[in-house]
Amino acid sequence: MSDAQAQETRNPEETDAKKVKFIITRQDDPDSPSYDQEFEVPYRENMNVISALMEIRRNPIDSQGNQANPVIWDMNCLEEVCGACSMIINGTARQSCTALIDQLEQPIRLEPMKTFPVMRDLQVDRSRMFDSLKKVKAWIPIDGTYDLGPGPRMAENKRQWSYELSKCMTCGVCLEACPNVNDNSSFIGPAAISQVRLFNSHPTGEMNKSDRLEALMGEGGISSCSNSQNCVEVCPKGIPLTTSIAAMNRETNIQSFKNFFGGGN
Amino acid sequence: MALNKEFAARRLHSLLGIIPIGLFLMQHFVVNHFATRSAEAFNGAAHFMENLPFRIFLEMFLIYIPILFHGIYGLFIVFQGKANAKRFGYFRNWMYIFQRITGVFLLVFITWHVWDTWVQAQFFGAEVNYQMMADIVANPWMLAFYIVGILSATFHFSNGLWSFLVTWGITVTPKAQLAATYFTLVVFVAMSVIGLRAIFAFV
Repeated sequence: MSDAQAQETRNPEETDAKKVKFIITRQDDPDSPSYDQEFEVPYRENMNVISALMEIRRNPIDSQGNQANPVIWDMNCLEEVCGACSMIINGTARQSCTALIDQLEQPIRLEPMKTFPVMRDLQVDRSRMFDSLKKVKAWIPIDGTYDLGPGPRMAENKRQWSYELSKCMTCGVCLEACPNVNDNSSFIGPAAISQVRLFNSHPTGEMNKSDRLEALMGEGGISSCSNSQNCVEVCPKGIPLTTSIAAMNRETNIQSFKNFFGGGN
Repeated sequence: MALNKEFAARRLHSLLGIIPIGLFLMQHFVVNHFATRSAEAFNGAAHFMENLPFRIFLEMFLIYIPILFHGIYGLFIVFQGKANAKRFGYFRNWMYIFQRITGVFLLVFITWHVWDTWVQAQFFGAEVNYQMMADIVANPWMLAFYIVGILSATFHFSNGLWSFLVTWGITVTPKAQLAATYFTLVVFVAMSVIGLRAIFAFV
């Protein structure tokens, strides 16, 4: 008698025990068509979507009793700071680690985010976001052959708002919500624009301000924003993305005048 | 660094929508509002506009070229977006969609409107006067077409004014953007009243 059968005989009412129903959009590889598969997972207290997915991985049997492939998804920190486990849960793009089963309507629908290429099942490739960060030079260049000494101090009130911008975890939810981020456009999306504001607010980062602004003025940069303002509504970290975009609009306009008419750098 | 083409085109598109197209729209509505006084008042105003010095240059640089660029480039912008208000039904997202719907409709409406009036006068010897408009809107379908056209224009202008303020970095904070929402709402209502009063003066 296998372990599973043994458990069944030991606990005959288990079939009546509380189950959590899932409908999961699956895709076997980047090029194959997607399909839905239903799963029922035994309920545990304080369960979240990730612990349910782990349960499916332990026992990959669909709700018809057929053997299934374990569901693939991305995860890392499990406390909503890394952004890796974003997926569409009941129609809303969010992190699966903070999606508590008790707060979700059943059957729970899990889909991969649509803006990004699907690698497999719920796992998507967000590397375009990293490419965008590289494009806008979202870093502070301090490497060199000698010690540059301490940088200028940052005003406390500035630190406070720029700290909010630093909460961005590149999760991709704002890109998912943006109508202008899609196959027809090269728009880098809200996240990278806000990062330019973050690095330009830093007293040392400010020294390379114009490089980042000029990158934002490039193809697929800030001018591809059409102010639908979905990004600020959906950001799980509450980052004032539209404030960042408008602030960078002002800065890029000033930069473009400086570039054309001259004045400063 | 040379001016980036896309950046410059998008900024120009935003600017032209207000200056001169938005200003022209206001002027156009105000002049047409003379029709509420009398047919003669309207004819006088239309005649005055017709006889402005350098008219062909004024028309060319203040209307035709800006509106052609704004319309054609705007259509290009429409095709770059994928409407998603079903999934994200927020107010600004709906404004985003209405801006596109009214923009595309206005391309059709304004083309028809120019054909109906300016082209007829320029090439077929018709005279632009009160009677011409009265004949057009005598057809209830055309009247409806004009009403939708006027409301589309006032909406597209008011909402465009709102995003102009964001695009040019004038309204940055959510507070300023909310105030601009109310302000542009007032602009929308006021312009709609003027436009509708003018068109109904021809009925």
